[in-house]
Amino acid sequence: MSISLLIKGGRVIDPANAIDATADIWIEDGRIAGIGAFDGTAETTIDATDKVVCPGLIDMHVHLREPGEEWKEDIESGSRAAVAGGVTTMCCMPNTGPHIDHAGIARQIIERSNQIGLCNVLPIGAVTKNLDGKELTEMRELSRAGCVAFSDDGMPIWHAGVMRKALEYSSSFDFMIIQHAEEKELTAGGCINEGWISTQLGVTGMPVEGEDSMIARDIMLTRRTDARYHVAHISSFGGVALVRAARAEGLKVSTEAAPHHFALTEDEVLGYNADAKMSPPLRTEADRLAVIEGLRDGTIEVIATDHAPHHDDDKRCGLSCAAFGIVGLETMLPVSLDLVRNEVLSMSDLIAKMTCNPARLLNLDAGTLSVGSAADITVFDAEETWMLDRNKLVSKGKNTPWHGREMTGKVSHTLKGGTIVFTTSVSISEEG
Amino acid sequence: MRPLKHLFGITDLDSEQIKYLVNLGHSFIDINRRSLKKAPTLRGKTIINLFFENSTRTRTSFELAGKRLSADVINISASTSATKKGESLLDTGMTLAAMQPHVLVIRHSIAGTCEFLAEHLGDTSIVNAGDGAHEHPTQILTDLLTLKQTWDSMEDKVITIVGDIAHSRVARSHLIAAKKLGYKMRVVAPKTLLPAEIERYGCEVYHDFDAALPGSDAVYMLRMQTERMTDNCSIPSIREYHEAYGLNRARLNRAGSDTLVLHPGPMNRGVEISTDVADSVNSHVLSQVEHGVAIRMAVLAALCGGNDTEDMPPKRNRRTKREMEEDAMKSKEGFWS
Repeated sequence: MSISLLIKGGRVIDPANAIDATADIWIEDGRIAGIGAFDGTAETTIDATDKVVCPGLIDMHVHLREPGEEWKEDIESGSRAAVAGGVTTMCCMPNTGPHIDHAGIARQIIERSNQIGLCNVLPIGAVTKNLDGKELTEMRELSRAGCVAFSDDGMPIWHAGVMRKALEYSSSFDFMIIQHAEEKELTAGGCINEGWISTQLGVTGMPVEGEDSMIARDIMLTRRTDARYHVAHISSFGGVALVRAARAEGLKVSTEAAPHHFALTEDEVLGYNADAKMSPPLRTEADRLAVIEGLRDGTIEVIATDHAPHHDDDKRCGLSCAAFGIVGLETMLPVSLDLVRNEVLSMSDLIAKMTCNPARLLNLDAGTLSVGSAADITVFDAEETWMLDRNKLVSKGKNTPWHGREMTGKVSHTLKGGTIVFTTSVSISEEG
Repeated sequence: MRPLKHLFGITDLDSEQIKYLVNLGHSFIDINRRSLKKAPTLRGKTIINLFFENSTRTRTSFELAGKRLSADVINISASTSATKKGESLLDTGMTLAAMQPHVLVIRHSIAGTCEFLAEHLGDTSIVNAGDGAHEHPTQILTDLLTLKQTWDSMEDKVITIVGDIAHSRVARSHLIAAKKLGYKMRVVAPKTLLPAEIERYGCEVYHDFDAALPGSDAVYMLRMQTERMTDNCSIPSIREYHEAYGLNRARLNRAGSDTLVLHPGPMNRGVEISTDVADSVNSHVLSQVEHGVAIRMAVLAALCGGNDTEDMPPKRNRRTKREMEEDAMKSKEGFWS
């Protein structure tokens, strides 16, 4: 047998098919042709010995800034950052300029990402026109144009009446609403978590109740409307408890955690570090541990980055004026691997949260290594250590709190549709 | 003593440095009372006062301090600055630093401005003249110098600070200084005017002003910083606030006849303080203002004074840094032991 590409001898982990074994994967016509022991010749062979081979990662929460703020990031630079981080499918939030609140913008983003051809980019449509929380968008039209879920992320769907209607309308067509849960009345003027740190720094805090109270309200509305409700970037002890209880009750409630919320605490902002400023903010150790427990017990099904590139000009202006958000695509995997190293999750469970789980929530044909599926594959070394240098990030955004820190775990190959779209390795052998 | 490069806050000073600056300030009180109010200490030095927030006493105080020590002093206020033309804070800072001043004195509504600018401004010394609700170190040094005139020691003294603690950099700087110098702080305010977890400074927290007064050696009244409030719900009315948290003669009597009354200014008579208290013998408000100049002279001198005799031939009347330090030591007179 002769095939085009062989990934040889890696630890193949495919949570959707309950596979965790040393095996070869062979690829033909951009699709996975087989998993097992390969006997034959391949045009290209990737030696994956001592590496993990898994479905290409899915990041269901990124900001790509195109159209409108291309100096911060664009679809091409964001795609390059994604594949450098092992991500082959990402969902981009609608707070662009113009917003993804009509079908033309959604189609334009998909078309542009197809031209670039590095990473699948799936837009998330706005819930309300102009993201101003007043009038619903044409969700059916946006869905037909390729939007995979709906959110006003960056802003909450603030008014309870609008949220009720949004949940009712979206669930009539089985669409999912993703909420940036933040009661702005409570967080007004705030820039970091409210508590001892904000008091010492003399800056206005964002109390944790800003997040918790909106999640509580939304869960009540979800109960009434039988809707599909997803909490973006959950960060609080109370929020995790609310989601856990709602899921136990059988409501269609899900949530995601960003790596910074389970890896870091508010202590990072001491010294007015604007690269540790995001919304929701880094919180206390108790909150961090609650997010980890939520990941462990399955309350939190998804890890997503909230990748939010900003220009230095918007970060170098003092903590309280600095823009919210950090980049995350290139650090998601190494930071998340700490959950395996600390025995919170098995490798398979961790990968599920970045592959088949978000795929299931969003009804995506991705996130598995099933024979016949598109060969979107990530190969990484879970042990390799490297130093994160902000200036070497592929993303245009250099706003990371991990600058100068050692990372463990590095992507060596990223394949999309059977094509190697990223590699750090020299271990590809070309054969006749 | 550790040399000072910047003065961002009381946080960065150890108790020895605090005492040194207060004692040095003490030695400068006299110059301000002479008819010839000039010393050559900072001749040839350039000081820029960069004020992004309105200020009368602090700016005037820094300006007089610099001028009375013979420095060249420039004042820039936000209304005339380049920021109105869209220039960033960082660019304004770097532009001024490029003109090679020795000291930039900065006031800004954003907490952390001085630390942030210092990262990018190279060699220029930065003095914090108040940053948001973070710190106001020269005010605290001023207060300590004022208290020094009456008290032998700060040890175990009780200062009760009242009012808008949430927005007060003065309160925070005092809470930090109290730990370093061994005095006690009581904070008094409704919960709407207290920041989160304030008790972690090691202070006692009161909502009842009358309960906090007995045993208070000084009562420190704060102004309502309505300009920093994001809503109108922090107090229901000035009338009710004054009734609950205003200092009048009857209240002051609960503390004691020797209790000192302080206020960082500007005072709102009839709101946090009544006229009979503001103008009483207990009030040291104007002493604070006077000592403010002396303290700012001390801070400027400590940051850039005296050390560069190689630049200039020594003059007979010029106080060297060593002489100033000797004065400072003399003025201790057992006070801070």
